[in-house]
Amino acid sequence: MNLFTTALRELIGLFIDDGWLAAAILGVVAVAAITASFISGGRLAAGAILLCGLLAVLLVNALAAARR
Amino acid sequence: MNWTSAAPAVSAAFLGSMVEAVEALTIVLAVASVRGWRAAGLGALSGLALLAVIVLALGPLLNHVPLHPLQFLIGILLLLFGMRWLRKAILRAAGLIPLHDETKAFAQETEQLRDQARRHEARLDWVAGLASFKAVLLEGIEVVFIVLAVGAGHGLLVPASIGALAACLLVVAIGFVLHRPLARVPENTLKFVVGVMLSAFGVFWTGEGLGVVWPGEDLAIVAFAVLFLVIALLAVTLARRQNAAALP
Repeated sequence: MNLFTTALRELIGLFIDDGWLAAAILGVVAVAAITASFISGGRLAAGAILLCGLLAVLLVNALAAARR
Repeated sequence: MNWTSAAPAVSAAFLGSMVEAVEALTIVLAVASVRGWRAAGLGALSGLALLAVIVLALGPLLNHVPLHPLQFLIGILLLLFGMRWLRKAILRAAGLIPLHDETKAFAQETEQLRDQARRHEARLDWVAGLASFKAVLLEGIEVVFIVLAVGAGHGLLVPASIGALAACLLVVAIGFVLHRPLARVPENTLKFVVGVMLSAFGVFWTGEGLGVVWPGEDLAIVAFAVLFLVIALLAVTLARRQNAAALP
């Protein structure tokens, strides 16, 4: 049971280390998904939101971590 | 096979797997140095066997998942995994967190096993074998994820698997010859490059899953990788400056 819990925790840790970063990534993906689904002709705009949003998240998160 | 998308997939699988194989090898070598090759080898082989069972059980299921939801899910997991690697590599390159040191990891693992030997001599083979098993299984799961993530969306599973297998065999061969951890592998540079590539694949697959038709099709992955690299290098420079300004 202990091994299973450890393995599960390590598996989740592969994807989520800094909660702020994970939440921001999922937030950008959600905005892009809404744009692609509900705005007519919004698929390319969704792509732009995804790319620019994630680049911004990376920069802001790294600098915030550096400040901490 | 289209080499425009195959080359980044194979190199991402090769480099990512090399990092994971180096980390697993360090622990297996530590176990072998404390308890001999029997415990280390049995643990590692059991880890590989369980990994093979997981791949054989879950692999065929991928054929039954519709392409767009699969791309979307893999894209999100790639973003979480790749950007996490890239963030850590940025902070290490900026000198804000220490570099991963295989020699130190080897010494820590060895000391921990020796400490356990003093307390639980009778079942040490179990403890040592379990450490080896866990290292191979957990690092192996990361290798499998990288291969699936970069290969599954465009039918590149075989070339990506060959890239990963080549990296693992190379690391194991060098490890057997040297009999010590591969401390000279520029692990952070590899993590930086792989983080950039996985993040680029993540944006591409997530977008494809949402129905985005990327300009330039597969070539867009290369453009995304360049953008992630530029932003990551910018983040390293700014974080270094910020850190230097904060020092008294």
